[in-house]
Amino acid sequence: MKSNSNLEKVFASGQLAVTGELGPPKGTNIKVIEEKAKHLKGMVDAVNLTDNQTAIVRLSSIASAKILLDIGLEPVMQMVCRDRNRLAMQSDLFGAVALGVRNMLCLSGDHQVFGNHPQAKNVYDIDSVQMINMLKTMRDEGKLLSGDEIDGEFKMFIGAAENPFGDPFASRVPRLAKKIAAGVDFIQTQCIYDMERFKKWMEGARARGLHEKCFIMAGVTPLKSAGMANYMNNKVSGISIPEDIIKRMKGVPKEQQAEEGIKIMVEQIDELRKVEGIKGIHLMAIEWEHRVPELVERAGLLPRPKFD
Amino acid sequence: MAERADLMSTVPDPDPLMEKEPVPGFEPLIVTIACHYCSYAAADLAGSMRLQYPHNIRIIRTPCTGKVDVLYILKAFEEGADGVYVAGCEEGGCHFDIGNLYAKQRIYYAKKLIQQVGLEPERVEMFNIAASAGPRFAEVAALMTERVKRLGPSPINIKRI
Amino acid sequence: MIIAEQKPLEEIREMLGDAKKVMVLGCGACVTICFAGGSKEVGILSSQLRIAAKKDGKELEVIEDTIERQCENEFFESVKDKMKEADVVLSIACGVGVQTIAELFPDILVLPGLNTTSFGRPKEPGVFAEYCGGCGDCILDLTGGICPIARCSKSLLNGPCGGSENGMCEVDPKTIQCAWHLIFEKLEKMGRLDQIEKINPPKDWSNSMSGGVRNIVREDLLEVKLES
Repeated sequence: MKSNSNLEKVFASGQLAVTGELGPPKGTNIKVIEEKAKHLKGMVDAVNLTDNQTAIVRLSSIASAKILLDIGLEPVMQMVCRDRNRLAMQSDLFGAVALGVRNMLCLSGDHQVFGNHPQAKNVYDIDSVQMINMLKTMRDEGKLLSGDEIDGEFKMFIGAAENPFGDPFASRVPRLAKKIAAGVDFIQTQCIYDMERFKKWMEGARARGLHEKCFIMAGVTPLKSAGMANYMNNKVSGISIPEDIIKRMKGVPKEQQAEEGIKIMVEQIDELRKVEGIKGIHLMAIEWEHRVPELVERAGLLPRPKFD
Repeated sequence: MAERADLMSTVPDPDPLMEKEPVPGFEPLIVTIACHYCSYAAADLAGSMRLQYPHNIRIIRTPCTGKVDVLYILKAFEEGADGVYVAGCEEGGCHFDIGNLYAKQRIYYAKKLIQQVGLEPERVEMFNIAASAGPRFAEVAALMTERVKRLGPSPINIKRI
Repeated sequence: MIIAEQKPLEEIREMLGDAKKVMVLGCGACVTICFAGGSKEVGILSSQLRIAAKKDGKELEVIEDTIERQCENEFFESVKDKMKEADVVLSIACGVGVQTIAELFPDILVLPGLNTTSFGRPKEPGVFAEYCGGCGDCILDLTGGICPIARCSKSLLNGPCGGSENGMCEVDPKTIQCAWHLIFEKLEKMGRLDQIEKINPPKDWSNSMSGGVRNIVREDLLEVKLES
C-alpha cells in the first residue's frame, strides 16, 4: 500500500470506487463543511476538497481536510499550482501528511482572472505534471525536489485530473500517459456529458494499456436545470454538453428539470461503469451535497465498502 | 440630392445631434480634407454647377485619404478648427483600392483621441463622395456645418463667439 | 523587440501636474515599431496635451523630440540642452529609456508616458503579440519553437491544461491562442510528437527575475583605461 487510504483500499479490493466533492466556505464558517459532510458520510469513499476553486478565496483545503478527518470522512486534498511555489507546496504537503491526509489531487488550477482577485500575481512555479512527480519522489524516495531527505514518513495516494474534452483531442491520451509516467495513482476526469468523445478517449487509453497503470474515475455532475446545462456548455471551457441532453432538459417543465438531470446522471453512471478501464465514479454534485445520498442510492452505488 | 441613408459616412442615422438647436451667432471653422480623385473633383463640380454651400469649410487636398494621419486632425483642432471631416472616394472606389478604408479606421481613432482631451467626437467625421457627386459635396458641407453649429465652438476657442 | 502602450492620457496629465514646460521625448527603436513612442506618437501626444491645456485655460508649452534610442547614453547628446530647459521630460520610451534618463540626468524630472508590457513582435498590422518571457533559460528546442513561458497563460511546461478550446485559451478566447495547442500541432507536423510525452522537469527559475537582478558582465568588452 502506498498510502493505506480508504480510497486506495477500495481500488485494491477491485470494487468500483466513489468519490464526492465538497467546496469549503468563503470564510471561517466550518459549520458549512460539517453540514455538507453529514450528507456525504457513508455515501462516498473519499471527498475532494477544492483548493480555492475557480480562483475564489475559500477556507484552505488543508484545514478543510483536517475538519473532515475529525468528522470521520476521508479527504482527497486538492492542491493547485496557481497559488504556491515549490517551497510552499512541499511545506504544506508535510503539514497535510502530518495531519493525516493520505489522498492528493494535483491540479494546475483555474486562472486567477476567473476569480475574485484577478489582480493577483500567479505562481505556476511548477505545473501539475511536475507536482505529481514531486509527490512521487517525496513518497517513494523520501526526498524533496531539491534532493534533501525528508524527516519522517510521507505516505500519499497521488491523484490528478484529466479532461478528455479539452483541445486538441489528440493530445489528451498522451497527456494521461505523461501523468502516469510522472507517477499518478488515480485520475478523476472532468464531468462527462459527451459520452462518445469520452469513450473514444478511453479507447485510446486502453490501446496503450494506460487503464491498467492507474485507476481512472469517471467524473459526473448532475444537471440541476436546463439553464445550468446551457451555462456549462457555453461558458465553461473544456465542457461540452451534447445537443440531445440539452434538448432533454429543456423538454420537461422547469420544476421537473432537476429530476430529469438526476435520471440522466443515473443513466450516465450505468453506462460509464460498463466502460472497460473505469474503476470509479467521481461525483461532483455542485452545491447539491445534501442530495448525494439520493444520487448514489439511485445510481446503485451503495453500500460503500468498509475496511478495518 | 441624395437621401441620407445613401450617404456613406461615420455620422449616425438618424443623427441625434440634429435634434439640438444651433448655437446662435456661431459661424464654425471647418477643415475639409478632400481626396484629389473624388471629393476634390466633386467640389470643383459643385462650383461649376453653381451650387451653394456654406462658406465655413476650408478645403485641403490630399492625393488619397489614405494619406490622412490622425496628427493632421489634431493639428487642425490645436490651431482652432471647430470641426474636421475627411471626404474620400466611395468604398470600393478608391484610386488606391483601400486608402479610404484606412482613413475611416483612423477617423474612429481620431474621435477617441479628441474625446480624451475633452472635445466631442462628433467634431470629426468621414464621408465618401464620388467625383461626379457635386450636389453631394455641397450637401455634406452643409450637413457638417449644421452639426458643428449645434456643437458650438471648440472648447479651446470659446472666445470666437 | 519591446512592446509598450501609452498610458491613459488622464494618468499622464495627472503626473504632469502644473508643469509649464514639458518635453515629450520619443525613442526611435522598439516603441516606434509598436506605434507607442516614436516621433509620430510624440506629435500626437504633444498635440493632445496642448489641446487639453488650452481647453482648461492652462499655460503649457510642449516641446517635441525623438532620439535614435533612449537606452544608450550617446544618443542624448543632441537633446540634453533642450531636456534641461523643460520642467519635466515625459519619456515615451520603454521603462529602460525612462531609467536611462533618470540615471544620466540626476537633476531632470523624468516621467513615464508608456506602460511597458512584453517582449514580442508585430505579428500582423496593428497586432503586437507577446512572444518571450525573458526567463533566462530558453527551452524553445523542446517546444517546437513556441514559448510556453510567455504564451501559455499559466506558463505550463507540460500542457495543455483543460482550458484549451478550439485552439484558444480560456483566459481570453478571442485573443490568446493556446500555446500548447500550437506546440502540439507543430511537433505533430514535424513528426516529433514523441517530444510531447517527455516530462519537462521543474524549471530553474534562478535565471529569471526570481534569481535576483540579472546583470551580464563581459570582461572582453569592458572599457580600457590607460593608467597614468
